[in-house]
Amino acid sequence: MTIVDPSGISAGGAGAETMGQDIADLGAIRPLRADVWRRFKRNRMAVASMVFLAVLAVLAIFAPLIAPYGITDRVPLFREGPSLHHLFGTDGIGRDVFSRVIYGARVSLTIGVLAASLSLLIGLVLGATAGFFGGLIDTVIARVTDIVLAVPYIVLAIAIASVLGGSERAVILIIGLTTWTSLTRIVRASFLSLKQLEYVEAATALGFSRPRIMFRHILPNALQPVIVYGTISIAGVILTEAALSFLGVGVRDPTPAWGLMIAQGKGDLANAPHLLLFPSIALVLTVLAFVFIGDGLRDALDPKQK
Amino acid sequence: MPSYIVRRVLLLVPTVFFALSFLFVLFFQLPGDPANLIAGRANRTPDPGVIQRARERYDLDKPVPTQFVNYWKRTLRWDLGESFADRRSVNDILGEHAKNSFRLGIWAILIEIVVGIGVGLIAALRRYSWSDRITTVITAGMSAVPVFVLGFVLQYIFAVYPNKHGWPDFLKLRTQGLGPNTWTFFFVPTGEEWRYVILPAVTLASVTTALVARMMRGSMLEVLRADYMRTARAKGLDERSVIVKHGLRNALIPVVTLIGIDFGTIIGVAVLTETTFSWPGLGSEIARSVTRRDLPVMLGLTLSVVVIYAVASLAVDLSYAWFDPRIRFGRRGDA
Repeated sequence: MTIVDPSGISAGGAGAETMGQDIADLGAIRPLRADVWRRFKRNRMAVASMVFLAVLAVLAIFAPLIAPYGITDRVPLFREGPSLHHLFGTDGIGRDVFSRVIYGARVSLTIGVLAASLSLLIGLVLGATAGFFGGLIDTVIARVTDIVLAVPYIVLAIAIASVLGGSERAVILIIGLTTWTSLTRIVRASFLSLKQLEYVEAATALGFSRPRIMFRHILPNALQPVIVYGTISIAGVILTEAALSFLGVGVRDPTPAWGLMIAQGKGDLANAPHLLLFPSIALVLTVLAFVFIGDGLRDALDPKQK
Repeated sequence: MPSYIVRRVLLLVPTVFFALSFLFVLFFQLPGDPANLIAGRANRTPDPGVIQRARERYDLDKPVPTQFVNYWKRTLRWDLGESFADRRSVNDILGEHAKNSFRLGIWAILIEIVVGIGVGLIAALRRYSWSDRITTVITAGMSAVPVFVLGFVLQYIFAVYPNKHGWPDFLKLRTQGLGPNTWTFFFVPTGEEWRYVILPAVTLASVTTALVARMMRGSMLEVLRADYMRTARAKGLDERSVIVKHGLRNALIPVVTLIGIDFGTIIGVAVLTETTFSWPGLGSEIARSVTRRDLPVMLGLTLSVVVIYAVASLAVDLSYAWFDPRIRFGRRGDA
C-alpha cells in the first residue's frame, strides 16, 4: 500500500540516482563484515568445517598432483583392504579408492556449488517477482511451485534424470531446476514485508525503475536468509547428487562420484566394506561441513535470534 | 466444512493435471525422439522391436496434440500398458509393489510417531541432560547421513557382523528382500518376516523421525513455559497430568502437522531405502525401470506415485481442517 503506482514516475536524473543510493545505504541495517566474522569465529564447529572444506577444495583442485593414481588406472589387486600403497584399498576392478575419493571431491563440490547457485538464482528471481508484484503474478508463481511440489522430490529428479541423462551438466540442471521452491518462498516472504518499508517508498518517489528497486534496494536487505539457506542447500544438493548416482541415474562410471562408488561397492559389504566406508565418510563429512557453516552464518548474521 | 472440501479438491485437480501433463512433456517431448529414452544414450543399440512397440503405443508418429489427447485418454482410463522388458501388465506390477511399499511405510510411520514423539518429549523434559544432548547431536547428524549409507551401516552391524562372527541365529537380521509371506492383518509379521522388515523400516523412518523428535522437543519446551502450565500446577494437579493432559496435547499440534507434511519426504526416502534393501516396493521398482529404460513401467509408476501423493496430501489437509476449525473458516486467500 506504500507503492501506489511506481510506473507513473519514470525519469530520474543522475543526481537523483546517487542520492537514492545514499539513502538506501543509510537505511539498510547491515552488520559490519568484521562483526559477522568475529561472531562466526566463535563457533568452533563452523570454523573447523571451513578448514575442512578449504582442505577438500585444495585436494579437489590439485587432484592430479595429489592422487597417486588416475581414476581409471588399474592394478591387479581386487578389493584389497587399506595398505600403504593403497591408503583406502582397491575396488572391484583394481582401481585405487583413495585417488577416486579425492577426484570425487571435484564432482561433489562442482555439482554442489553450481546446482545450488542455479537453484538460488531461480529462487531469487521468482521469489522477488512474486513478492514484489503480488497479485496475478504471485498466484501464478505459487501455482507453479505447487505443481513442482506435487511430484515427490526424488521421484521428480529420477524422472528428469532418465530423460536428460548422466553427464555432470545434466545433474546440475536437474537439481537446480527442481530445488528452487523453498528459496522462492523465503525470498517472497522477505519481499512482501520489505516492500512496505519507507525506503522503498522513497526510492519509488525518486522515480527508480522497478527492477532497480527490486534488486538494488530490496534485495540486499533480503539476502541474509538467502546466504544461510544457500549454504545449507549445497549440503542438500550434494546429498541429492549422491542419491541420484547411487540409484544409477546420476553421473556415470568411470566418473568417481561418491554415491556411485557406494552403489558399486554395495555387493561387497561383507567382504570389502572399505569400498563403502571411505566414500561414505567423505560424503557425510562434506555434507556436515556445509550444514555447520550454514548454522554458523545464521548465528553470526543474526545475533538476535540466538 | 463442505465448502472447504470442495475448494480443496478443486485446487487439487489443476495441480494434478499440470503435474501429469508435465510428465508427458518430460517423457515424450523433451529429448526430441522418445526412442532415445528407451534405447538409452548414443552408445547403446536400440531394440527395433521395442521402439516399434513404443511408436504404436504412444502414437509417436502422430502430431503432438493427438499424442497429448491420447496420453490423457489412457491416463483417465488408467491404461498403463505393459512392461517393454517382460510384457507384464504395469497394473499388476503396481498392485504388487504398492502392497510391499505400504507395509514398509506403515512400520516406518509407526516408528516415526512412537520414537520421534517419545524421544523429543524426553529430551524436552530433561533439557540439558546427557540424553538431551545426545538427542540433539543425533537428530542433527541424521540430516547429513544419506539414507543409503545409514542402511549399509545397519546392514553391517546387524547382519554382516553377526554372520562373520558366528552369532546365534536369533540375533541375525536379514537385509535383502521380503522374506516369507505370512502377514496377518496385512502388516503384522507372524513368521520370520520381522527379520526382513525391521532394518528397512528403521532406515525409512530415520529422516522423518529425526525431524519429528526435533520438532517435538522444541514444541514441548515452548509449551512448558506457557502460562496455562503454571495455572495447572497452581491449581494442584499432579505433575504427570500437567505434562500429559495440558502439555503434551498442546505440544502435539505442530508435530502432527509435520508428520502429515512429511509424507512426500517418506516417498523420496523410500526409493533409496527400498533400493538399498532390495525391498520390492514402488520406489525400488521405479529406480529399476529407469535403469532398464522400461518406459511404460517408469511412466505408469511415476503417474501412480503423483496420484497417491496428491490423495494423501488431500486427506492430511482435510483432517487438519477437521481438527482445527480455524483452517476451515480461515482466510480464503491462503487455502
